[in-house]
Amino acid sequence: MPKTKVYVARQEELLPRIGYSVVCGERKIAVFRLSDGRIKALENISPYRQGPLAEGTVSGEYVYCPLYDWKISLLDGQVQEPDHGTVATFETLLEDGKVYVWI
Amino acid sequence: MTREKLLLIGNGMAGVRTIEEILDRDAERYDITIIGEENYTNYNRIMLSNVLQNKNTIEEIITNPASWYAEQKIELVHHDPAVSLNTGARKVRTQSGKEIGFDKCILATGSRSFILPVEGSSLEGVLGFRTIDDTLSMLETAKSYRKAAVIGGGLLGLEAAKGLVDQGMDVTVVHLEKWLMETQLNEMAGKLLKADLEQQGLKFLMEKKTSRILGDTRVTGLEFSDGSILEADMVIMTVGIRPETALARQAGLAVNRGIVVNDWMETSAQGIYAVGECAEHQGKVYGLVAPLFEQGKVLADVLTGRETAPYGGSTTYTSLKVSGCDLFSAGEIKEVGGVKSIEAYDGLTNSYKKLFIKDNQVVGIVLYGDTSEENRYFKLLKQKQDISALTSVSLLPAGGGCCGGSAADDVTQWADDETICGCNGVTKGTILQAIRGKDLKSVAEVTKATKAGGSCGKCKGMIGDLLTYVLGDRVATAPTGICGCTDLSRDEIVLQIHEKGLTTTDEVYEQLGFRNREGCPKCRPAINFYLNVAFPKEHGDEPASRFVNERLHANIQNNGTFSVIPRMRGGQTTPQQLMQIARVAEKYEVPLVKVTGSQRIGLYGVKKEDLPNMWEELDMTSASAYAKAVRSVKTCVGAAFCRFGTQDSMGLGIKLEERYEFIDTPHKFKMGVSACPRSCAETGVKDFGVIGVENGFQIYIGGNGGTEVQEGQLLTTVETEQEVIDICGAFLQYYRETGIYAERTAPWLKRMGFDHVKKILLSAEQRAELLKRLDEAVEGKRRNPWQQVVEDPKLQKDLYAVVRG
Repeated sequence: MPKTKVYVARQEELLPRIGYSVVCGERKIAVFRLSDGRIKALENISPYRQGPLAEGTVSGEYVYCPLYDWKISLLDGQVQEPDHGTVATFETLLEDGKVYVWI
Repeated sequence: MTREKLLLIGNGMAGVRTIEEILDRDAERYDITIIGEENYTNYNRIMLSNVLQNKNTIEEIITNPASWYAEQKIELVHHDPAVSLNTGARKVRTQSGKEIGFDKCILATGSRSFILPVEGSSLEGVLGFRTIDDTLSMLETAKSYRKAAVIGGGLLGLEAAKGLVDQGMDVTVVHLEKWLMETQLNEMAGKLLKADLEQQGLKFLMEKKTSRILGDTRVTGLEFSDGSILEADMVIMTVGIRPETALARQAGLAVNRGIVVNDWMETSAQGIYAVGECAEHQGKVYGLVAPLFEQGKVLADVLTGRETAPYGGSTTYTSLKVSGCDLFSAGEIKEVGGVKSIEAYDGLTNSYKKLFIKDNQVVGIVLYGDTSEENRYFKLLKQKQDISALTSVSLLPAGGGCCGGSAADDVTQWADDETICGCNGVTKGTILQAIRGKDLKSVAEVTKATKAGGSCGKCKGMIGDLLTYVLGDRVATAPTGICGCTDLSRDEIVLQIHEKGLTTTDEVYEQLGFRNREGCPKCRPAINFYLNVAFPKEHGDEPASRFVNERLHANIQNNGTFSVIPRMRGGQTTPQQLMQIARVAEKYEVPLVKVTGSQRIGLYGVKKEDLPNMWEELDMTSASAYAKAVRSVKTCVGAAFCRFGTQDSMGLGIKLEERYEFIDTPHKFKMGVSACPRSCAETGVKDFGVIGVENGFQIYIGGNGGTEVQEGQLLTTVETEQEVIDICGAFLQYYRETGIYAERTAPWLKRMGFDHVKKILLSAEQRAELLKRLDEAVEGKRRNPWQQVVEDPKLQKDLYAVVRG
């Protein structure tokens, strides 16, 4: 299925290390701005008990699920040991100070 | 000296684990050959459900890759099943014609899915759910077909069905019985489970007997004994497993349901052993993982010439690997032969507990919804503890310290040979040895070293307890860090914050050389709090370092929704407030309105984006019910209405709450005021408790009615309300300045020493100093956070908005 480019927010509206919730149709997406300015997007659902990742603590390139502390890579969605699983990731795009997610 | 030849037939979980145990004991003793039927190296079969539910990949469930066999110098006869076994000539022949001799042989041939012997069962699209190949085939089919039927509503069937729903299929589970998992659950729990699974998209046909599978080459549907028909493009058979005994029968070994073994896992032929699902011990065949490991250990001892206790059978338990359906079942769960039961059902949380009891011992357990106490109950069951001293009320609820429960639940009290991780058969002794021997510091490291906690993960809490138990000992000689990011203790960090004048968490991480430069969920909120206390004016609170509850000023619930709990000072409210709460609850379709344990009304199940509007419309103050802060004051009705009340408990409660609300503390801080020694507000178990007496007020500190019930200690008796308020403030500030983040007052008081704290608080001078610092600290900061959000559209957008794309 072709992906669509969805406008999320202006760059400065995303606070560093605080997740941003986006809903697009059925999909729930969490958008993060890392301390170094990179913008990453993940499915807003932890594999364990569906915790909303947008509310988690962000540290470096990881987010911790707010419900059960699972540590998940913001780069590739990999759940870190000792837990298992993967969270879907989405490409992001920064254009003229505007943040888009490919969904 | 030539080494003996050991042959393992079956490359699965039971057999390979036995080999691992043997290698652990004596790696030099045998030349080992393993014959495997499947085209994969050893893998964790119980994780197949996770693969189907997209939680794991195939690679992740491979326990031992090919390199392991090479490293251990094990010859793997791969993808080539054994077809005949000659016990006399001590030889095995494989399908490809290989002949392999042995001195000793282990049969670990496992079991196979039982395929219902009905017409059409060999049609294309009819599968068992047993192997990686079955799983891959299901995943492949799910890509091009839509409708699946799963025959059998047991553990495996439900996990398979959930997996297929996750793959986008329309799935119907067909079950012969009245309720699901009927051998593990009673009717009540089975029906709760069904309702939850229906919510997750599964469909059910109960009490249906399949008479025929329809189709010419490929399956098209099922026909039931009542003549009705269900369309299906795929049929998964999960009606049971059958021990694989063909080879043993052909070899003339004694076989009933499984291959008969004695207490040393030896079959009827000398030097030939059997473990796992293919073995039958004392009339029992096990289909779960824990017994396989227990058997493997006994056999490994036998084969390495160690003295060992005979295998005495296993107590098994079940849990389901489907998110959102927590269940636990163990032991005897039918009320027959003198078995009686007690049960409890909580309709709000949909949790259900039932314990089966015989001769004053727990013999069976069914838990659904809330399984937090499975360890406690399972220990009672396994250790056959006498529970005659317990009433049903004390047996069912958590801990309480009243029952063998607390000891049974305390993993540090377990014997070393007790299993902590049932999935991987890892004992307490093994974990302790690893922690001590390899200097492990985290659950993740323990999992890496021992496999414990690597599968279903239910035992991680216990592993954590063991870590604390071992590392806790070390604290006496060397400080342990506050988390994995640093080796510095709380005191060292706070000292450096003051000495170096650090005012942001980033500075702390940088200057104190934290391994992880942005910290973790454990240290970030802690350091943010220490900075707030150290430099209340200079340190700006850091939302990104606040746990979600305190960032959003609402408690996150298990489904990602939030709760709204307005303040009702001293437990008082008005008709107007009640109407306002009712109006807001109705307008926002709040799913649950509940009186909390602390005399307030809570609205539960609120969406993040609705929070600011609801607060605005409520026009009430936040009760900080989500915060590590001063929470609320519980009161009795007191002198205003009660005929026993000697003091105005509500009035004093309200004064205390107004004076100290919104003050951050290391952990939640609860207060209580009772007007007379009957203590209807239960002030003896509050962090700060007041009891009105004829000539004044008794003050109790350090009580706790929560996780570990702790009686408050009598600090002093004072005459005036003002003295109560001042002592409370001094106590708060002293706790703030010296408390470890997330440490309640009870352990804090124990750590600091009651006499020491008493001396400080009763010194008028010290008290004045503390109060002065408290006033400075809260100056300008004590505002209702809800109001701030309501007034600030930017805050609302930054933190509460949900963008719709």
